[in-house]
Formats: sequence, C-alpha cells, structure tokens
Amino acid sequence: MTWEVVIGLEIHAQLTTKTKIFSGSPIAYGAEPNTQANLLDLGMPGQLPVLNKAVIPKAIQFGLAIGADIGRRSIFDRKNYFYPDLPKGYQTSQFSFPIVDKGGVVEIEVDGETKKIGVTRAHLEEDAGKSLHDAFPGQTGIDLNRAGTPLLEIVSEPDMRSAKEAVAYAKKVHELVQYLGICDGNMQEGSFRVDSNVSIHKPGTPFGTRAELKNINSFKFIEQAIEIEIDRQIEILESGGKVVQETRLYDADKNETRSMREKEEANDYRYFPCPDLLPVVVAQADIDAIQAEMPELPDAKRARFVSQFELSEYDAAFLAGSRATADYFEAVVALTKAPKISANWVMGELSKSLNQHDLTIDASPVTAAQLAGLINRIQDGTISGKMAKQVFDAIWSGEGDADTIIAAKGLQQITDVGAIEALVDEVIANHTDQVTAYQNGQEKMFGFFVGQVMKASKGQANPAQVNQLLKQKLQNP
Amino acid sequence: MHTLSIKEMSDKLQKREITSVDLTQHYLNRIDQYDPTLNAYVTVTPELALEMANQADALLDAGKGHRLTGIPIAHKDIFCSLGIKTTCGSKMLDNFISPYDAKVVEMTRELAMPILGKTNMDEFAMGSSTESSYYGATLNPWDHQAVPGGSSGGAAAVIAAGLAPLATGSDTGGSIRQPASFCGITGIKPTYGTVSRYGMIAYASSFDQGGAMTRSAQEAAWLLQVMAGFDERDSTSLEQDAADFSQQLGQSIKGLKIGVPAEYFESGLDASVEQAVRTALSEYEALGAELISVNLPNKDLAVPAYYVLAPAEASSNLSRFDGVRYGYRCDNPQSLEDLYHRSRSEGLGAEVKRRIMVGAYVLSAGYYDAYYLKAQKLRRMVRDDFTKAFESCDVIMGPVAPTPAFNIGEKSDDPVSMYLADLYTIPVNLAGLPAMSVPAGFAKGRPVGLHLIGPYHSEAALLNIAHQYQQVTDWHCQMPATYK
Repeated sequence: MTWEVVIGLEIHAQLTTKTKIFSGSPIAYGAEPNTQANLLDLGMPGQLPVLNKAVIPKAIQFGLAIGADIGRRSIFDRKNYFYPDLPKGYQTSQFSFPIVDKGGVVEIEVDGETKKIGVTRAHLEEDAGKSLHDAFPGQTGIDLNRAGTPLLEIVSEPDMRSAKEAVAYAKKVHELVQYLGICDGNMQEGSFRVDSNVSIHKPGTPFGTRAELKNINSFKFIEQAIEIEIDRQIEILESGGKVVQETRLYDADKNETRSMREKEEANDYRYFPCPDLLPVVVAQADIDAIQAEMPELPDAKRARFVSQFELSEYDAAFLAGSRATADYFEAVVALTKAPKISANWVMGELSKSLNQHDLTIDASPVTAAQLAGLINRIQDGTISGKMAKQVFDAIWSGEGDADTIIAAKGLQQITDVGAIEALVDEVIANHTDQVTAYQNGQEKMFGFFVGQVMKASKGQANPAQVNQLLKQKLQNP
Repeated sequence: MHTLSIKEMSDKLQKREITSVDLTQHYLNRIDQYDPTLNAYVTVTPELALEMANQADALLDAGKGHRLTGIPIAHKDIFCSLGIKTTCGSKMLDNFISPYDAKVVEMTRELAMPILGKTNMDEFAMGSSTESSYYGATLNPWDHQAVPGGSSGGAAAVIAAGLAPLATGSDTGGSIRQPASFCGITGIKPTYGTVSRYGMIAYASSFDQGGAMTRSAQEAAWLLQVMAGFDERDSTSLEQDAADFSQQLGQSIKGLKIGVPAEYFESGLDASVEQAVRTALSEYEALGAELISVNLPNKDLAVPAYYVLAPAEASSNLSRFDGVRYGYRCDNPQSLEDLYHRSRSEGLGAEVKRRIMVGAYVLSAGYYDAYYLKAQKLRRMVRDDFTKAFESCDVIMGPVAPTPAFNIGEKSDDPVSMYLADLYTIPVNLAGLPAMSVPAGFAKGRPVGLHLIGPYHSEAALLNIAHQYQQVTDWHCQMPATYK
C-alpha cells in the first residue's frame, strides 16, 4: 500500500486596517524600528487593549464568503508564552469561541477535478514583533512595529492530499481575501503567510505525526517545500524511523527543510479569556448588513463573465483573477459594449505593458475610460489595429486620450472611397511594368501594390478598402 | 490644618483664607516628621506638590477652581504617574519611572490637586498587610505593633495619620476596605467599571477596581466623583456618566432595610469585632432602619474561588515583567532563559511568585476545567447569592474583617490565614458590587470597620447610608494620639 499524504494549512492574513488591533498605532510596512509602537505595544504596566472594531466586519466577510457559521459571541483569549518580541508575555487571540466558526468550505480545482476543502475556523489575533538577530553583534534587537497588527488566522481541515492541492487551496484563499479587500495579499511583506502541517500515513490507519513548515513566502516554494517534506518523511518511515513533531524551515537556496524547533509536548499556552476585553457580540442584523455589501466572489464572477460576455473559460478566469482586473475590464466593457475585443486588449497589450513596467492594474497609466476610447475608435473604423498600438503607447506615455492623440498625430484612417481610389490609380499609373507583370500571372506582386498605396497614404488608408479597390482595378484595367 | 474636613479646607481655599501652598507645605512637613517611622510613602514628591499648589492657587485666585482644587492627594503606588517612580511595591519596578499618567492621576493634574507622593502597598497589591512591599511594612498609626492592612495599607495609614487629606486606593479582594477598617478611616470600592483601570497596574483585571480613601463618607463622595466616569481607554469601563455621589447625602434612612447575613457572624469572627458591628447596627435601628436576616450561603466558596481566579489572571498580567524592556534585569544574563529566570526570581517577592505559580497551575492543560472553570461557576453562585439577598434588603451590613489589625509578622508565614482575613470582602469583588468600610469603634484598642455592601450602582445611596451614621457618631473624626 502506498503512503497517503495529509496536509492542513494555517494561513495568517493581515487585515487591512489603518491602526493596530488593540492600539492606535499606525501600521505601515518598513518603518524605522519601534516608530510604530505606542505604550500598549511596548507592554507598559497599566496599559489596556481597546478593540479596533474595523476588524470585525472584515472577519465576518471572510466567514460569509466561505459559508461558515459566524461566531455570535466570540471571545478574545490570552495565549501565554515568553518571548522577547511578545511584549506582554501573551498573545491576544481567539481560542474557544472564534469569530468564524465551523462549516466553511473552499472549493479547489486540481487537474480538472474539483474538491471541497473544509475550513475549521478563522480567528482574530494580534501579530508579534520581530527579533533582529543581525542588527547588533552579540545581541538581539526587538522591533515592535509589527506587534499588534491584526491577523485573521484561517485554519483548514487536514483535507489536502498533495502539495498541488495545498497550493491550490492557498491560492484560492489568497484570491478570496484580496477580493474581499480584507488583506493586500502581499506575501513578500508577510501580509499573507502560509504554514503547512504535513504528515503521511497508510490509508485506513491513524494520521501520522506532522511537521509544520513555516513562513514560506511564495506559492512555488510552498509546493516545493511540501514535496521534499513528503519525501523526507517517507524516507524516515521506510527506513524504520519516526517522524518528530516539530517546526521546519524551508531553505529555498538549498531546496531543503530543516528543523527550527521541536514542539515539546509540554508546550502549554494556558489559554484563558482576556479579562480586559469584552466578548464580541454580533447581531443577525450586522451579519445581514455585511452580507448585503458583499462583493461578487471570484467563482460567481467567472461564471457571469462566461454567460454574460460570452468569453471563454480561460479569458473569464484571467479577467476575474483579481478584483482590480475584473473591475477594470467591466469598466471598459461598459463604455465599449464590446466584450471580446475589450478582453483582448486588457489581456493583451495592457497586461503586457503592465508586466514590462512591473505595475499592478490599479496603477495603470492607461485608465479604463482611455482604453475604452481607443477600442471605440477601432470599432468605428477611425483607426486600424496597427495604428491602435501606436495610439495605446501614446496614451501610456501620458499624451492624452485616444481622440486627442489621433487628431494630434493625424492618424485618422482614410476610408473615403474616392480618396483611396485616387491613390490606387496613381500607383497603377506610376508602375506600369509591375502591372504588366501582375497581369501576366505574377500574383504575388499584389502585396507590392498594397504597400505602395499604404505608403502613399502614410499608412492611413483603410487596408481592406485598398485591397478591394486594387483587386478591382488590376483585374479590369 | 490637617484636622479640617475636606469641605472646610475647600471653603477656606475658595475664600482664599488659606493657600494651597500653605496647606501642601503643612502636609509635607508632617510627612517629614512622621513618615520615616510610619513608612506609608514609597515616594514623596515635594517639588511637584508645591508646583501644583502654586498652579492651584493661581486658579483659585482667578476663581476658576474646582471644589477639590488645591487639596493635596496621595496616590497608591499602583497608579502610573508621569515622571514619577511607580513601583507597585516591587523591586521589579524599583527603577520604573512611568512615561504616562493613569486616569485617576490625570484627573488630579487637571484639577490641580497637589500630588504629595505615592503610598506603600503590598507588592503588586497581593497581600492584606502591606508587609510584602519591597519597601518594608507600613505601620498602623493607631498601634505601631499592628499592620495597617493591605494592600492599600500606605493609603489608609496616611489618611489615619493626617499625612494626606485624600488618598486613592485599589481593591481586588478587599484592598481598600480591609486597610480602611484596620486604620479607622472611610473607604469605598465602587461597582466594577466605575473607575477606569487605565494606568492602574493590573493584578487581577476582572476584580481590580480603584476607589477613594478618606476620613468621612462625604469626603469619599467628593473624591470618588472625580475618579469615576467612562474612559474609552478601558474596555470594561461603564459606558455611562458617573452618578452624582453627593446627591443623596442628607436624605433620611428611615425605613432602610439592612440585610444582616448570618454567615458573616459565624465562628471565626472575633467577639470584640462582632460587638462593635452589632453596636453600629443598633445605631442604624435608632436612625429608623430595619434589620432583616439574609443569607449568603456560598460565602465560604468565595475565598477558594478567588484564589484560583485572581492568581490565574495575575500569572498572565505579570508576564510582562520579564527584564526585557523596563524594570529589573539581572546582572550578566547568560542566555534568554537565564535573563527571564533570574530577572523574575530576583525581581519578584515570595507572595507574588506563589500566586504566579498557583495561577499558572490552574490554567495549565488538564487542570483548567477542574480549577479555573469551576471557580468561574462558584463566582456566579456567589454573585447570585447577593442578587437574591438584595430582593429583600437595600444594603447588606457586617464586619469588614474577622479581626482588628493583627500584629506585624503575625501572619507573614501563614498565607492561608492571611487569605482568610479577606473572607468578608472577597465575595463582593467576585460579584463586582460597590462596598464601603466605615469606622465603627475599636476592639482591643484597634479600629473596627463596618462593612456596607450595596446593589450595583448604589454608590450614592451607600455613601449617604454611611454619612447618616457619621452624623450621629464620631469614630471617623478620631485621630491616633501620636499624630494629632
């Protein structure tokens, strides 16, 4: 019998609030150490936490999005342990009564198969500070800027059976929290952290001992780390050894995991309800109001893009991949009423340029209205597709919107039959040798005439009309 | 000047018959004279006091003073005070100068009430005698052999000895009422949530409550008025304006129903204390009140429940004293473990360590249900006892403590007997009710307090009930001979 892999994920999503969860300190990544820590964050005697109420609807949104029960009376507990970056000697978290209770499900698709992954719970908690081991020789610096940053810890059931499934689930949650606007999803800055609990066993036997893989900052590395962890555990068990319960770190350079600390059995956090904070009571009316304000979720949006705009599954998935992209695309379509060509432009020229400049669509120099204006000029024949790329580049460079640029550069397509006919006649009259050759059967000469007409029109003649007139005139001289 | 009532002081200050500087200097002189023996202050702040007295006089000259402006105050050293050493009676915080003011200290500054200093207390408010202070025991002004009670022993002693006209205290299991009883002064612990805990160093957060320590109920009403009120910085602060605590002063208590719990007069109560309490109850009958027998059947569960719950909270609250950011740090730590271990071992006293260990034990996996959760159930049972008792009475009266002040050293080696000194006060903290200790005579030459317990938010009524008694008795006006 082969080994079965069992994976559960704990995801820490940093909630997008202006201030910390229990103090008024601002949250900004990368500030000078300890410049965003007030007396509470420093764990001063007599300081008391006050809940930042902005975190509650964000957590509830997530719960509703995955169809989980909402904790109607959730309670903050203290998780007690000593560590220098934990200034109070306890982390305020939710233990017995989380804000997002059982019942949540996230659907993933791997190799064409869909699968439901259970979400055990999601609870609110504060982040710890950071220990800076390299800043002072022989000493450890403590930076409490991050201490107290609000986190939603999303705990899955051990429902995943492969690294691919784990990554598909993590990506789905990543997409969801960004869609909801409750987390910026930035993995490099630690706004979205994935811890993987990995174990193996023979089907039909109890689960094996798990190792926890922590703080891996990309999906690719998560997959690699889980794969090699599975191999490591198989090797241990097949050579008669035992897997120890421990936390392991992934080294991307060496592509290996190594032990960070063994979770001693006696690790007892002595949870109890925080007496400084009141229970968070959520009324049905609050839940209803949040439900009413919920944005359309990714799966629903994809399905709608296919049915409403007749896009392919692929295009719909691309465009619904982030709320910002989807919003941009829908704004363009609203002005062009032409979904397919709008999709092509968003997925093509726009995405290409954004990637080249390492920009997100929120920061696109070409607004949705500007792109729509450009597409409308293609649609009404004012410019050709080829000219459109030139106009797009000009919009990107900040030269104005499509109409302004077309006018300024004189890029209007010539569609007047009389004008094109005059050019065609002129080219034919000036190239009698070539006309003779063409008429004697050298049909590939046709391209030459098109080129000459386009050149004479400075590229502005409508190519289709040029083709049609040339054919007419060359066949019936 | 120190024999004047607060009302008289206030009148004289408002009429500019005396200055705050003179008044403050008078108290500073008395502190110089008596405190080296009494040891009621951990820190005296003469320069700050006189500077604030000057501000007060300027305000009063301009006719802009509050009724307490210019009247000096002593703060229990549990309240953080900006720029002033705030020790909580512990070596751990011997070097800690607070970077901010607690709510009640802030109030003092706003009203220009000169801060005389910080009063001694049991370490981290854990104790009933003030003997566990790193700064040594405070003496009882009535008898230097006796303890002043605790944990607000320094505060009770400064009021009794006339070393401050007003003092703040805090009460987690009786820490205002028991020392008030032992020192013959008036103390009130209001309903949990009445006084903001912001800046009050936490011992057991769900019990801790600030309160007023004064000579009379009328003075307590004035002081509590400025301490109370909603504070958004404390999530457990009551979201309502404080009542006018002086409003009912002067009302007749004819027809008042006084509940007398049989359980508060069982064996263990010193006969001389019982005598004083019964005499006080007779005085109330003479004032037209009616004595009704009530029951608090779960009284004996209160002390065990408290000594599970309070240490549990304390074990977590005191984790921040780790030698990392402020406070005591051991010499030459060899490792992180060593830093934690020695800083806490050397920086914290025996009683504090005992409670941290008890607290960590009752919260540990496998014991949580048997101890912590069970104690929470007992807490509800004790609270329900009071709710039921208040169906048939307006106020409950009895002894504050089973004995008058005991001798220094008498119980320091016997923690359980020390814990039982609070068996009448602890049930009130479990329920979060308002309660007072009112001077009601002497037993064996040491003061005895009468315990008044009211329903939630009945402070104004309680203060008047005490006030009416103080209109026909003068126990609260008496001063120990040495300190007159």
